[in-house]
Amino acid sequence: MTVTDDRPASVLGTRLLRREDPALLTGEAKYANDLNIPGALHLAVLRSPYAHAKILSVDVSAAAELPGVVAAYSGADLAGLWASPMPSAWAVTTDMKNPAHYPLASTKACYVGDGVACVLATSETIARDALELIDVQYEPLPAVVDLEDALSDRVVIHDELGTNSSYTWDLKIEGTEGQVAQAFADAAYTVSERFIQQRLIPMAMEPRAIVAVPQPFGGDMTLYSSTQIPHILKVMTALTLGIPEHQMRVVAPAVGGGFGSKLDVYAEELLCVALARKHKVPVRWNEERGENAVATIHGRGQIQYVELAADATGKLTAVRVRIVADMGGYQQLITAGIPILGAFLYAGVYDIPHAYDFSCTGVYTTLTPTDAYRGAGRPEATYAIERAMDVLADQMGIDPMDLRKRNFIAKEQFPYTAFTGLVYDSGDYLKAAELAAEMADYTGIRAKQTTQNVPGATKRIGIGQASYFEMCGLAPSRVLASLNYSAGGWESATVRVLPTNKVQVVSGTAPHGQGHETAWSMIVADRLGISPDDVDVLHSDTAIAPLGLDTYGSRSLPVGGVAIAMACDKVIDKAKKIAAHQLEANEDDLDFAGGSFTVKGSPDRTMPLAAIAFEAFTAHNLPDGLEPNLEAQVTYDPPNFSWPFGTHICTVEVDTETGNVEVLQYVAVDDCGNQVNPLIVEGQVHGGVVQGLAQALYEEAVYDTDGNLKNASLAEYLVPAASDVPNITLGHTITPSPTNPLGVKGIGEAGTIGAAPAVMNAVIDALSGLGVTDMPMPASPHNVWKAIQAAQGASK
Amino acid sequence: MIPAAFDYVRAGSAAEAISLIGEHGDEAKFLAGGHSLLPLMKLRLAAPSVLVDIGRVSDLSYIRDAGDHIAIGALTRHMDVENSAVLKEHAPLLAHAASHVGDPQVRHRGTIGGSIAHADSASDLPATTLALGATYVAQGPNGTREIAATDFYHGFLQSALAADEMLTEIRVPKMQGAGWSFQKFNRRAQDWAIVGVAAWRRNGDSGVALVNMGSTPILATSVASALAGGASVSEAAQLAAAEAEPQNDLNASQEYRVHLAKVLVRRALEEASK
Repeated sequence: MTVTDDRPASVLGTRLLRREDPALLTGEAKYANDLNIPGALHLAVLRSPYAHAKILSVDVSAAAELPGVVAAYSGADLAGLWASPMPSAWAVTTDMKNPAHYPLASTKACYVGDGVACVLATSETIARDALELIDVQYEPLPAVVDLEDALSDRVVIHDELGTNSSYTWDLKIEGTEGQVAQAFADAAYTVSERFIQQRLIPMAMEPRAIVAVPQPFGGDMTLYSSTQIPHILKVMTALTLGIPEHQMRVVAPAVGGGFGSKLDVYAEELLCVALARKHKVPVRWNEERGENAVATIHGRGQIQYVELAADATGKLTAVRVRIVADMGGYQQLITAGIPILGAFLYAGVYDIPHAYDFSCTGVYTTLTPTDAYRGAGRPEATYAIERAMDVLADQMGIDPMDLRKRNFIAKEQFPYTAFTGLVYDSGDYLKAAELAAEMADYTGIRAKQTTQNVPGATKRIGIGQASYFEMCGLAPSRVLASLNYSAGGWESATVRVLPTNKVQVVSGTAPHGQGHETAWSMIVADRLGISPDDVDVLHSDTAIAPLGLDTYGSRSLPVGGVAIAMACDKVIDKAKKIAAHQLEANEDDLDFAGGSFTVKGSPDRTMPLAAIAFEAFTAHNLPDGLEPNLEAQVTYDPPNFSWPFGTHICTVEVDTETGNVEVLQYVAVDDCGNQVNPLIVEGQVHGGVVQGLAQALYEEAVYDTDGNLKNASLAEYLVPAASDVPNITLGHTITPSPTNPLGVKGIGEAGTIGAAPAVMNAVIDALSGLGVTDMPMPASPHNVWKAIQAAQGASK
Repeated sequence: MIPAAFDYVRAGSAAEAISLIGEHGDEAKFLAGGHSLLPLMKLRLAAPSVLVDIGRVSDLSYIRDAGDHIAIGALTRHMDVENSAVLKEHAPLLAHAASHVGDPQVRHRGTIGGSIAHADSASDLPATTLALGATYVAQGPNGTREIAATDFYHGFLQSALAADEMLTEIRVPKMQGAGWSFQKFNRRAQDWAIVGVAAWRRNGDSGVALVNMGSTPILATSVASALAGGASVSEAAQLAAAEAEPQNDLNASQEYRVHLAKVLVRRALEEASK
């Protein structure tokens, strides 16, 4: 007998088109700057043209007299508005030095772009014109641009701190004293490299935009902002401005990308709210592209000293790392903690004994503050270990793929308790590497190299890999506590079944391009046996979704999505009580499938969720003591991080005459556990890879010695366009996470983490026959040419 | 990204445009496709008080076979230059170079006359027309005059055009089957060239011009002379930068630019010699 199950298969795991896209693609989506708020005044901020200067005087009188200008203020004029300095939420050490930082500087400017005065006017044009009438007298001071110069304290930026060094954070592993030194003393091979993580400008497609609207009644304030963190922003704005938290509402409308740059509390947000309160009118601000390049945070900015010790077989025996991290002129929200998010990952996907030594010093410079940028700490760590592994393989004269295979943590070792005490929940690093090698024709390309990369060849092929993992899904709150982070890592979800069986999901995540509305509706549809079209996802408004910790660190699915699944289960539990009551059956005898409860063995005794929802609403016939309505809220604190992994393999051809690098092939094999929607996963990997490839080949914030940003426009800061990016061939392995009921892991940052080292390993590999062993990122034609010239000069 | 305030007038013909420019004096600028001028205005590096919009002077958009040369109206958009059958037959180097200007959006709005009048040494079409021995036609209050491309470029964004003159036509000699090559070296497809080379070769004759190797487009006369004198392509290419005065910028040092010019001129001549 053939049994046919004609119930629809679950939507989970299907390539459902994103419901967000029609509005985004047709221009219907409303961004903060699209909001039409009658009577709003426009804020414009005058920014320091000096990287480092004393502010001797600020005269705003001429600006204030320009027709259309309502007010003009210096930093000193507004000093009374701030209940506390701008928030810094991550004091990584108890003695961390952190200067008071206010929305406008009043005595000293600490980077080009530091706000020193502002104007409120009836139009944006008038406001910006008025800035030219403000007279600021500066006494320029020497700029501090180079990190090691900053460490020397030749010029101390914040006099009150007495030094530019803010903190030194060491990873202390108990009982391992002396083991690292011993491992290096005993090593058959050692590697010692210095890598530079250049500064990057996040360049979200939508620059920041803000509108602060005082409500006509009750003294409440609504802040619309292009932010990744409406919930955190609400708390921080309330605290910084002395506004009772319940009178503060934050809404993130459509947000055009963030990549970490909108994971922050910015001066302009505080200025808009403070001035809207002061003037009792809405105040708005819209960032220009060039302004975005200096006034929104930058990413990366590290010098990395990396040492590996290995035995005669290439097995790693110790890792020693020293980092100098560029914090810029001040700390923003989590500036100090960014390198620490990578601190645990410098041994990569390799099984090393308890011999690991990590130390990071955060240092101030007179440049734009740094903070989270896609991957935040983890791309830096992965770059360092994966580049160093290639150096070790080169030294040993073995294939870098072979070296990695000798060191991978084996599938059988999971869950794997690392030297740090962290538990890597699941993984199969070898499988992903072998799949990637097969897809990339690794051995075929190696063979091609031997025929193509002959002496005198001007087109040389290189192949490079990066095998990565990362800790994301931020984060177990207790672990965050151990790192001195001043918030938790939980996420909240409410699932509300309306009387007509339509479902509202309220999520504390704050999407800005990721497709949460689609993905969350799929999770609910799968759980409740309904169509995703019947699920509405509410988010990013603290009045509608009051609980949440927002979107960053590849956390939304493994924390927020899991909370939604758990809230669905709670709804089902309650519905089951109603169904059991009405079907006069024992709860244990009910099955829930396809959106209906059925008594086991009696297929005609069934009750669909739609009927239960209406019963819950009328409350005419509920079990004794059961509350009406069908709704459940869950706050989920994950027991562990999530640990996605994979191997990326890049093949390049380098033109040794011009230095041009052409990417011939890019293969990315990623494992993020179960996939809710493979289309969204692929989009995240594509975007991530392009951003990592951009660091490797295109992007760098270039400063002159006076601290001026030399490439503050998109004509000069080279964000690659579609025409500049290779096809990316994707593969996946699926190793479900055992720590959450969906078996999912974060995928938002993985592509970026794998890409930069894979590309750079390929470029160096192509040129290894010419004596090139390293070069700074980006591997621009000029940098490649210089590296070849230097290597050839050295060999002569 | 908000330009300073300006007045706007639209001209219906070249004569009206010239009269409007005369009326408003030095503070007025012609606006054609807007792809050079508007970015400068948005960055407030240019602040004309009046824009005379010539974008709708439709009788200056044409490509005609004029016997020994092809006549191109100054307001012909890059996309039309790129796709012109007449140019593909008689001046394929120019049609091909136009396909490398900016990106498709720019090529649909920007005009050949606007690009040449802007006289940016980093733009593709000034150097390409220079290599081809083009002549430009300018119209002023007292009539028209012809200016050889070799006499047109005076300095960084400086041309032989008087303030009250308007570029109306570009005359490109027919290439008569010459081999040609356009080498544009840049980091992203949409960018200006770090170094570019436009070259053609026919029997003993050749023309080689360089993009972004000085404050003006550079005619590499030493290369052409060397070839005429019997030098090999490789030998001639060594002279690529003899007339150039390359600058340092974020993408390239002076030394690297000179090196690139030699490599790209060699490649261009090799391709043009096939």
